[in-house]
Amino acid sequence: MSDEYENKSSYQAQSSETISGTGSGVSPDIDYVRPAENPEQDLYHAHSFIEKWVFCQDAKVIGVQYFLTAVFTGVVGLILSWLMRLQLGFPGLAGFITAEHYYQFVTMHGMIMVVYFLTALFLGGFGNYLIPLMVGARDMVFPYVNMLSFWMFFVAVAVLMASFFVPGGPTGAGWTLYPPQTILEGTPGHGWGILLMLISLSLFVIGFTMGGLNYMITILQARTRGMTLMRMPLTVWGIFTATVLAMLAFPALLVSSIMMTLDKLLGTSFFMPTILKAGEVLEYGGGSPILFQHLFWFFGHPEVYIVALPAFGIVSDLISVHARKNIFGYRMMVWAIVGIGALSFFVWAHHMYVSGMNPWFGFFFASTTLIIAVPTAMKVYNWILTLWRGNIRINTVMLWCLGFIVTFVNGGITGIFLGNVSVDVPLSDTYFVVAHFHMVMGIAPLMVIMGAIYHWFPLVAGKMLDEKLGKWHFWTTFLGAYSIYFPMHYLGFIGVPRRYYEMYDSPYMTSGVGLNEFISTAAFIVGAAQLILVFNIVKTMKTGKKAEKNPWKANSLEWFTSTVPPEHGNFGERLPVVHRWPYDYNVPGAEEDYLPQTAAPSEVAHTEVEKT
Amino acid sequence: MHAGIIFFLVILGSVLFHIFTPWYWTDIASNWQGMDDTITLTFWVGGGVFVAVCLFMVYCVFRYSYKEGRKAEYKPEDKKLEKILTWATTLGVAALLAPGLIIWNQYVNVPKNALEVDVMAWQWGWQYRLPGEDGKLGTTKVTNINDENPFGINVDDPFGRDDILVQSDYINLENNKPVKILLRSVDVLHNWYVPQFRSKMDAVPGIVTFYWFEPNKVGEYEVLCAEYCGVGHYAMRGGVEVQSTEDYNKWLSEQETFQDLIAKLEKPEFENKKIVKNNNFILNKDIYKEE
Repeated sequence: MSDEYENKSSYQAQSSETISGTGSGVSPDIDYVRPAENPEQDLYHAHSFIEKWVFCQDAKVIGVQYFLTAVFTGVVGLILSWLMRLQLGFPGLAGFITAEHYYQFVTMHGMIMVVYFLTALFLGGFGNYLIPLMVGARDMVFPYVNMLSFWMFFVAVAVLMASFFVPGGPTGAGWTLYPPQTILEGTPGHGWGILLMLISLSLFVIGFTMGGLNYMITILQARTRGMTLMRMPLTVWGIFTATVLAMLAFPALLVSSIMMTLDKLLGTSFFMPTILKAGEVLEYGGGSPILFQHLFWFFGHPEVYIVALPAFGIVSDLISVHARKNIFGYRMMVWAIVGIGALSFFVWAHHMYVSGMNPWFGFFFASTTLIIAVPTAMKVYNWILTLWRGNIRINTVMLWCLGFIVTFVNGGITGIFLGNVSVDVPLSDTYFVVAHFHMVMGIAPLMVIMGAIYHWFPLVAGKMLDEKLGKWHFWTTFLGAYSIYFPMHYLGFIGVPRRYYEMYDSPYMTSGVGLNEFISTAAFIVGAAQLILVFNIVKTMKTGKKAEKNPWKANSLEWFTSTVPPEHGNFGERLPVVHRWPYDYNVPGAEEDYLPQTAAPSEVAHTEVEKT
Repeated sequence: MHAGIIFFLVILGSVLFHIFTPWYWTDIASNWQGMDDTITLTFWVGGGVFVAVCLFMVYCVFRYSYKEGRKAEYKPEDKKLEKILTWATTLGVAALLAPGLIIWNQYVNVPKNALEVDVMAWQWGWQYRLPGEDGKLGTTKVTNINDENPFGINVDDPFGRDDILVQSDYINLENNKPVKILLRSVDVLHNWYVPQFRSKMDAVPGIVTFYWFEPNKVGEYEVLCAEYCGVGHYAMRGGVEVQSTEDYNKWLSEQETFQDLIAKLEKPEFENKKIVKNNNFILNKDIYKEE
């Protein structure tokens, strides 16, 4: 303890020295960085195994906990998708998949993948691990709340998984949970299943709010000296904006969950109109099913960007590092992230063009939706312009990034079909929609997640993943996933509706049978191919090459920790001081092809750009 | 190098797949050709952007692969280029949005001469009601629905008496005559969708929703429920037969009116029809059993 306080006082002295240096007017000090406004506070250090690995307050451990829990739910979601594809590709082959089961698989797969897998993985996993490291903080600002956040998420997952084992099984209402069918007989799991789903979602939102406050405040308040907002890596910008969106969007999910729970348990009628069921009028009346849809999509659309924005940010950083070139149009990239985030609150009803809401809404929401295409397109241009005239390492990380660009552009273009109100009419509720959103918010973010795993694994585990296995993993996943979802759009053109347990011998389906078999086969292969990653990790941990410090020659702060993997407190005795943005690659005049954010201008005085 | 080639083949494969796909639209049988045209336009513009972006990416992979000692360009921004790209994208997006909105405007404005068809949906089936000689549908109420009054028509509404009732999943429509579909649901969300007509809208309990189209090809079409409505969703099918005016009028004259139904009820030998019916095979399969 005493040691640390000593360190801090010397560090204070250092800052004041810098100030006096400039103040005295001896020479304008180009290395000057504003002093810290507040002295550092000591972190709470773990005293026992449980405090260190279970109820841990270190954001990095919490990040890994989030990551592993999310991956567990993702594996459950993957298995459910296999079962669905088994039924769709080869109807009747697996006799145990009844229509009831099928709809339960559909629902749980959707909810798990969107909320419990992607959201938790990007914000809880990467957010926790990377935010403090990238902004130069020792930890999140509220480590204890951060720990609670993970355990709340853990309970939410436990409740969700419990719904597989209750009478009636999990809810089969579709992941959108549209009332009235959600809580009525005729939908599987309308008793216990839906209740547990609503409780689990509520817990998730509560837990996520704790985490989200941490991410936001850490980014706003705990950046190290010199780390201005416009010097933050785009990963941090993406996660930050996504967190702000989550803070504004998740309350809509929470209130709709609570209201629906009341409709279910107490017989209120928030979303329930007068209903005739099996010849009897139910004791509901006056509620609006469309109100639920508005609330749900007010959450649901920003949710898409809660997943997409961190992916945008991460992929920008990965491309820049491995193309050995600064990200093109950084300021445009930042404003695009913020702009997309803001616009995402004005487009929600494009999910509802044919929902029966007032059709005049269509004009407004089609316009806002297509406007969002502009900043999104700018991001795509800037990614490929970053590659242009770069010095591109075609390694596994870069392959995932390239795979992301292809799948994201593909899914973005089909989004223009669906956003353009009258084009949506024939396509909505068909497989075109299923193909679109899997491509754009399933496969594309997954490409980024995989790239990020290969990129940051050396930091987290201290060892380099095997490149050869990585490339096999990439090509099977990318080519497989692309051949699942690209042809699937064409089923939608035929008019095959989604959420159909079986098509029978519908005239639309006769030509699609072979296609469905192909898609299912590809789905089995892609799912199984993920074992390559598991094998790679196991092999690397046993016999893998030890990672040197900063193996990718990157600039951002997470690679400049005192140890690899970073210990509690991240940066050793002194926090780093930042002098530049994280994209100074191949700066003319510099000896190396990269200048870390910590490189002071006086150290690189001969370069063309001393300070950015 | 290999990477560039494979990515190139993926792009090429996508284009070839689109050109030679055997899986495409069903033949259109309504007036909404404009929707198909806008989709085609979006394919050209969007597909062009997709191919251009991906080919540029492939070019970069070939041209700028890592070489020891090569200097990448250092150019953080290019205001002019960014401006050009922003405006070009905005223009492209506007060019796609405009026809989309024009057609939507047609979609929400129903022609005056459209025939109103009341489509009533429940778990899991359809039935239909057409206006009688007065050309107007009578008002309805969910709570009125019972075995004697399957459509829940308000008995004291004079417009309802001559309404034509089609208690079947199948309905006939007149060729080249615009139809305004009025959707009602007595329980959960449904959606009356015929792929060949291109159009659809959800039926929402508690409100009446609508859309319109003009069938323009004689033939039989399958009706699908396009909004998830519970475990029988996939089996909630029906049919439409589009007929020439002559055939249609013949069919129409054979249908029962609400007045006929009331008269029949007064006769003691009338056997009540079960109104809340379910698709039989679902009941038989007994797949829905809970608690």
